[in-house]
Order: sequence, then C-alpha cells, then structure tokens
Amino acid sequence: MTTLDAIILPAPSYLTAHWSLRSWLLTLDHKRIAMLYLTSITAFFFVGGAAAVLMRLELATPASDFVVSGAYNRLFTIHGAVMVWFFLIPSIPTVLGNFLIPLMIGARDLAFPRLNLMSWYVFMAGGALATGSIIVGGVDTGWTFYTPYSTTYANSAVFPMVAGIFVAGFASIMTGLNFIVTIHTMRAPGLTWFRLPLFVWAMYATSLVLVLATPVLAITLVLIAVERFWGVGVFDPALGGDPLLFQHLFWFYSHPAVYIMILPAMGVVSELVACFSRNPIFGYRFVAYASMAIAILGFLVWGHHMFVAGQSVHASMVFSFLSFLVAIPSGVKVFNWIVTLRNGTIHYKTSMVYALGFIGLFTLGGLTGLFLATLPVDVHVHDTYFVIAHFHYIMVGGAVMAYLGGMHFWWPKIAGRMYNEGWGIFSAILMFFGFNLTFFPQFILGYLGMIRRAAEYPPEFQLLNVLSSAGASILGVAYLIPLVYLTRSLVRPATAEANPWNATGLEWTVSSPPPEHNFDSTPVVTTPPYSYDAEKTAELEAVSP
Amino acid sequence: MTSRGAVNSGFSLWPETASVGAEQVDLVYLALLGLTLFFVILLGALALGFGVKYRVGRAAHRREVVHKTHLEVVWITAAALITLAVCLWGTYVYVDAVTPPPDARNIYVVGKQWMWKVSHPQGPREINELHVPAGVPVKINLTSQDVIHSFYIPAFRLKRDVLPQTYTSLWFNATRPGEYHLFCAEYCGAEHARMRGRVIVMEPAEFQRWLSDSKDLEPEPIPNAELAEARSDGHAEVFARYACGDCHKSGPTPEGPTLVGLFGQPVRLRDGRTVVADEEYIRQSIMEPNAAVALGQAAPSTMPTYAGQVDDEHLWQLIEFVKSLGADAGGIGPTP
Ligand code: HEC
Ligand SMILES: [Cu+2]
Repeated sequence: MTTLDAIILPAPSYLTAHWSLRSWLLTLDHKRIAMLYLTSITAFFFVGGAAAVLMRLELATPASDFVVSGAYNRLFTIHGAVMVWFFLIPSIPTVLGNFLIPLMIGARDLAFPRLNLMSWYVFMAGGALATGSIIVGGVDTGWTFYTPYSTTYANSAVFPMVAGIFVAGFASIMTGLNFIVTIHTMRAPGLTWFRLPLFVWAMYATSLVLVLATPVLAITLVLIAVERFWGVGVFDPALGGDPLLFQHLFWFYSHPAVYIMILPAMGVVSELVACFSRNPIFGYRFVAYASMAIAILGFLVWGHHMFVAGQSVHASMVFSFLSFLVAIPSGVKVFNWIVTLRNGTIHYKTSMVYALGFIGLFTLGGLTGLFLATLPVDVHVHDTYFVIAHFHYIMVGGAVMAYLGGMHFWWPKIAGRMYNEGWGIFSAILMFFGFNLTFFPQFILGYLGMIRRAAEYPPEFQLLNVLSSAGASILGVAYLIPLVYLTRSLVRPATAEANPWNATGLEWTVSSPPPEHNFDSTPVVTTPPYSYDAEKTAELEAVSP
Repeated sequence: MTSRGAVNSGFSLWPETASVGAEQVDLVYLALLGLTLFFVILLGALALGFGVKYRVGRAAHRREVVHKTHLEVVWITAAALITLAVCLWGTYVYVDAVTPPPDARNIYVVGKQWMWKVSHPQGPREINELHVPAGVPVKINLTSQDVIHSFYIPAFRLKRDVLPQTYTSLWFNATRPGEYHLFCAEYCGAEHARMRGRVIVMEPAEFQRWLSDSKDLEPEPIPNAELAEARSDGHAEVFARYACGDCHKSGPTPEGPTLVGLFGQPVRLRDGRTVVADEEYIRQSIMEPNAAVALGQAAPSTMPTYAGQVDDEHLWQLIEFVKSLGADAGGIGPTP
C-alpha cells in the first residue's frame, strides 16, 4: 500500500492539466475563466490608469498646456468608462467570484459553465468596441453620457463606446445569473445559508443587483442610440424629449452600480479580517443582512445625484433621507470588522494590511458620502472635486484595496505560489499613502469650488493640485510593484501549501492550485463559518515564508 | 489687500463666504466635519487599540467572543439618530435656500456653449459678468440655449443646472462686496472649462450708479461675429445677439456653412431631396436644424436648435438677414 501511494503522482492542477491555447480559450473550468478575466481586467486597469496619469499631469498647472481641452475631455471619459465598466464592476465578481464561489460552496463548477465562458467573450467584445472608440477619435461626453450633449451635440465616437458598454452589460447579467443559481442550488450538504462565507453572501447580493439594474442601463443606452441616429426625441427637449429622464434612468442603474463595486469588496474584507485576527466575524448575521440591506436600499437613492438638476424639492428631501439610511448597514459592517479584532490574534500579513487600509479609506469615503446626502452641502459640492474624492475613496481606496487584498490572500490558491511579504506590505502601505496624498487634497479643492471635468482651473487651486498629482505618481508606482512580484512568482515552482494561512473555508481544503475537478469527493459541512480560535496562534506563524 | 473678496485671492483652505445662505451651509458643513472627526477618532482609536493589544506574539488575555445583539442594536440606533439629525437640519436649511423671498430682484441668465449671457430687466446686458447689489435678495432665472450647463457661484455655495427649454432659478442675498468666481459646473463640451465668469457684488448705491451708467450699453460684441459686423442694416444685431456668427462666417468653416449666397438657391440635402432655400427652409434650419441637413454636413446637425429661444419677432429678423446675404445681394461676397 505505502509503496503504491508513493508512486502515484498528485493529480495535475487546473493550471497544468492542459497546455494548449485552445484549452484556455475554450475552457469551461470556472478557475480558468477567472484567469481569462484576470488578464483582461488587469489590462483594462492599466489603460484606465494611463488616462488618469495623463490627466493628473495636465492638472499640475492651471492652464491647459500639457493636453488641449479636447484631448483632456476624451481622457476623463476613457478613464471613467474603462475603470467603471471594464475594471471595477467585473473585478472581484469575475475573478475572485468565479474562482472561489464553487470552491467555497463545495461544488464542481458554476451552474452554467458554458454561459460563464460566453460571458467572457461577450465582455471582450464589449471591451473591443469601447477601446475601438478611442482609436476612432475618442469620446468626450464623460462616462455619464448626459443628454442632450451626448445625443445631439457631441462630435465624437459616442456610438461605439455606448455599444461597448451595452454589450459588456450582458456579460454582467450572465455572471450574476450564474452566481445566483449556483449559490441557491449547488451548496454542499450541510452548508446552510448561515454557514456560508460572507464573501458568498456578498456575491449573492451583488448578483441580484447586477441582474436587476443592468437591463435598465441597456435600455437607456439603446435610447441614446435611437435619439442620436434616428432623431427620435427621447431626451433632447429640442426633439420633444426630457433630459432629466436620461439622468433618472442612468442613475437608477449607476447608483446600484456603486454597490456592485463595493459589496464584493466588503465580502473580501470580511474573509481577511476574520482569518488574520483568528476570530469569527463579530455579528455574522448582521454583516450578512447588511449586504442584503445595502443591495435593496441601493436601488432607492439614485435621486441624490440630481439635487441640483431640477428635480422637485420634495423628491430631493426623500432621496436625502434614504441616502442617510443606506449609510447605516455600511456603518454596521465597519463597526463589526473593527470589533472582530478584539480578543483576536492579529497577524499583519500583506492581505491584512490591505484589509485595514480598506477599512480606513472606506470609512472616510462613507462619511463624506453623508456630506453629499445633505442637501445644502451637496448643492455646493456637487460636480466638484469633493465628489471625485468621495467616490475614489469608495472605489479606489475601497474596492481596489479589497481586490488587491483578496488577490494576495488567494494568490497561493490561484497560482500555487507564495510571494515576498516584505514587498507586499511595502506596496500596500505605499498605496495607502499615495492614495491619501492624491485624493485628500481633492476634498479641500471641492469645497473651495473647483469643478470637475475641466482641464483649466483658477491659479489659486494649483498647490493642492500639485500635491494630488504627486500622490498619483506614488500611487502609480504602488500599483506596479504587485504586478511585478506576483507575475514573477509564476516562474518559480508551485510549492504553496493547500492552506498557507490556516484559514477556514472549503476552498482551503483542496490543493494549491486546485485540481480541475475541485473536490475528490463532495465535502460535508458540519461547523459554522470562521471557527477560528485566537489562542492557537502558532499555526499561522509556522508556515510563513 | 482690501477687505473686498477678489476672484484671485491666492491660496486658501476655505472658500470665500459672501452670502447669507453661504454662512448657513458652512455651519451644516462644520457639523458634518465634527461628526466625521468623531467617528474617525472613535473607530481609529478602537482599531489602533485592538491592533496593538491583540497583535500576534503579545500575551494579552483573550476572552471568548460573544456577540451581544442588544449592544449592536443600541449603537446602531445611537449613531443613526445623530446622523439623521444632521440630515434634517440640512433639509431645513435647503428649503430656505430654494424659496426666494417675493421681493427678490430678477435677473435673467442664458447659458450657451460656452458663455453666460446676463440680462437685467432695467436694460443692461452682460456676458460672463454678473453685477449684483449687496444686501438685497436677487433671483437668477436660468435657461440654456443648447446642452445642460450648471450655474455655480462657490462664494454663495449655490449651484443650479441650466436646462434647455426650461427655466430653473436660484436666489441669494450677497453680504460682501467683491468679485467672485462664476463657473459652469456641468460638463457641456469642448470649452466647458472656459465657461467662466465673474460675479461682482456692489454696495447698493454703487450698483444703482452702475445700472444707470450702463443702461444704454450694448453687451460686448460677441466674438467672431464678423458677418454681423460686416453689415449694419437693423437685423444684423439679432444675428449677433444669437451668436449665429460664431459658426456662420463669410466662408465655410468647420463650425458651419456660410450663409452668403444661400437664399433662393437649390440645396441638396443628405436624405437625397433637393429644396430651394426659401423662407421656410431658413426657418426650419433655425428652429429644427435636424429636419433638413444639407449634403456634406454632419448629421445630426451641430447647429443648435433655436426653437423656444428665438421668438417670432426675432425669427423674422433673422430670416430677413439671411435673405440679405443672398445671391443677388450686394455687400460682402464669398471670401476669395
Ligand atoms: C454651433 C454653430 C452654429 C450656430 C451658432 C448657428 N449655426 Fe446655422 N448651421 C450650423 C451648421 C453646422 C449648419 C449645417 C447643418 C445643417 O444644415 O443644419 C447650419 C446651417 C444653417 C442654415 C442652413 C444653411 C444651408 O446651407 O443649408 C441656416 C439658414 C442657418 N444655419 C442659420 C443660422 C442662424 C440664423 C443662426 C443664429 C440664429 C445659426 N445658424 C447659428 C451651425 C451653426
Ligand atoms: Cu457649460
């Protein structure tokens, strides 16, 4: 027996099972599809990032001297559209969600593997159209496509960009649908709803929003095309349309879209905080319900983007109040993460540094959201850099930090390789510092009255803009470091253990990287989630590289 | 340095405050800042305290964690009540800020790509400048000739979107004489960043003097209105007033075709039809530019529609002016 065991080689991992390009491009394996998404969204991130770098260079001086305003207007449109639809929205769901949901619930794959592969092709087709619009002259409407500018006045490649986003929306819907069905029907025996990892809860809430909100965006984009090409009056008052209708429809999608970006991030952070403080998440049910509350309330606050747009005073009052309410479940989460640290044993690994960074930046992003929900303050800071700073704290400080924290946490599982913790912690801290230097001055600029989407600004705003641009260059470097060391880790042999962090969760019971079929036999779950024990601290230390 | 506010006031961390409403907004803002500071310090201290006390390798007493639901409910309710109080206070201030007193002085402002045109009912008209008296409620009525703009005066903490074919408004009671920024806050196309102006707040007596001095003044000539300047037969002013000359010059430009020699000639349209450029065609070109776009021009037309902007009186004058540029008219000819 023993001799026989010794000569059986371990089953090849999903990475080494097949080598052909075809085996990647036609794979139905959720883990490989996650890798297809990983490479694509990483590319999109650096496209969007490059646009941001050029914008910050331009804004180092008050005059529009580095790029002319026409080019600047195209840059911020590309930056926004690419980052929102081709990086932030797909990031955690399509990479970590695709990879982890089946592993976390003890399943062989997602419910619809073919739909999953198709979603990637649809996403790439959308991405090709959107980036194509840059090549044929760029788009200068801003990612919000406000009418009637976008339909009647803009002299740029609005159509390919809108078509690209429309197409990519279907990829979102496919992914959301797939996740919902998978989580409902494919959980391992014993894995009840309240034994699910909070990451799965978050993905479930996100999927609901994806499936319910994205169709509204699709309809809105079709209406833009109909008006632009056939002159059918929908939004342009000159044609008998209503420009505010566009804003209602657009924000009915785009406000929930903010939660599509942040809910998965919250899910990731719950996993990280629990693991690295060796404690169960404090108030698990509260955190799970908070995800659902955010998903639902998120649909009822779109009007807070329209306080100065000409919406009725009464509508504004209601939207202001509801926007304050949606802050409550987010507050619950922050509080519970922090209290989870209590009585724990805290390991400051790279992922944990990212998670703590997330909590700090997200808290500030959330609190400044209250400023924007307060009517008279919003009247002043709407469409200024205050808003820019606020949502970058949520989306970059929040969603991107969590995404990177998650990538570092599950990298041993995904790639089978460890990375250097020193570089990891250094770049996470550099990122936190660079981020704050970039975006904190923008809060001040916003209250001073610096408008967004302008290549020129009055000279008295220069000092704060120079600080912001300096921070952006630090931030840029901090993003490149993990790209380098994570990519380089791939050339070393895959030696990561199945569970290097001693974490709970079914994904850690399979080898790193997992075999193609995930589990040799269907796991049976008998324990609550996060059954960490803070006293047993030695385990984690022993395996640190 | 005088005590008067100035457009370029140098580096500062706090915006100028020059109206009664702005002072109210600042108070709400300060309350929110206080709230933020409170939560940041509270949560930061907790995180830092736990982070140090329970870090790995430190022998702290670690108790079994029990989740006390009532504790969670209590803190959620307390935090929610404090923040909702600020929400309600803000709403109260807002309702005040959007309800102009009945005796407010009216000023009309039209936004167009990329300028602000101001008309005082007493006569004077201005471009990218707005003179107002201090200590008097002033109501600004806003509309746009093309896309959505947003009329924004940071020193008054006031902003309002400017929509085509709709009137919106805002009001203020300026407190401090001086010059303040006027921005367009809603992205409106290529030169959005340059759609800037100045608000000049004056002592009431000084303002009265300004009013009577500038009563008969025409607004500054509109840039590029070379066609309008070339002729001086009555209707040209209307042509200049609507800035038609921004796009229509004595020769074709990327902004638009020349109107010289147009009247009475056959025009081939994009949709294949050929029509004669008569009065009806010119009316249509002004009021519904997309209904008939000439061959070789971009569709949809980049010419803004003037439906709802140009009243019948002006429309007639515009048509007369285009006619006067017609093939058989003397005056300016096509550019060589
Ligand atoms: C923003 C630039 C712009 C402004 C301002 C503008 N136009 Fe035009 N106009 C155009 C363009 C471009 C066309 C050609 C497209 C079309 O046929 O609609 C055009 C077409 C026309 C035509 C038809 C010309 C032809 O050869 O068929 C007339 C007449 C005209 N404009 C009159 C006016 C008048 C009168 C005004 C001022 C009230 C004005 N335009 C303001 C851009 C402009
Ligand atoms: Cu504007």
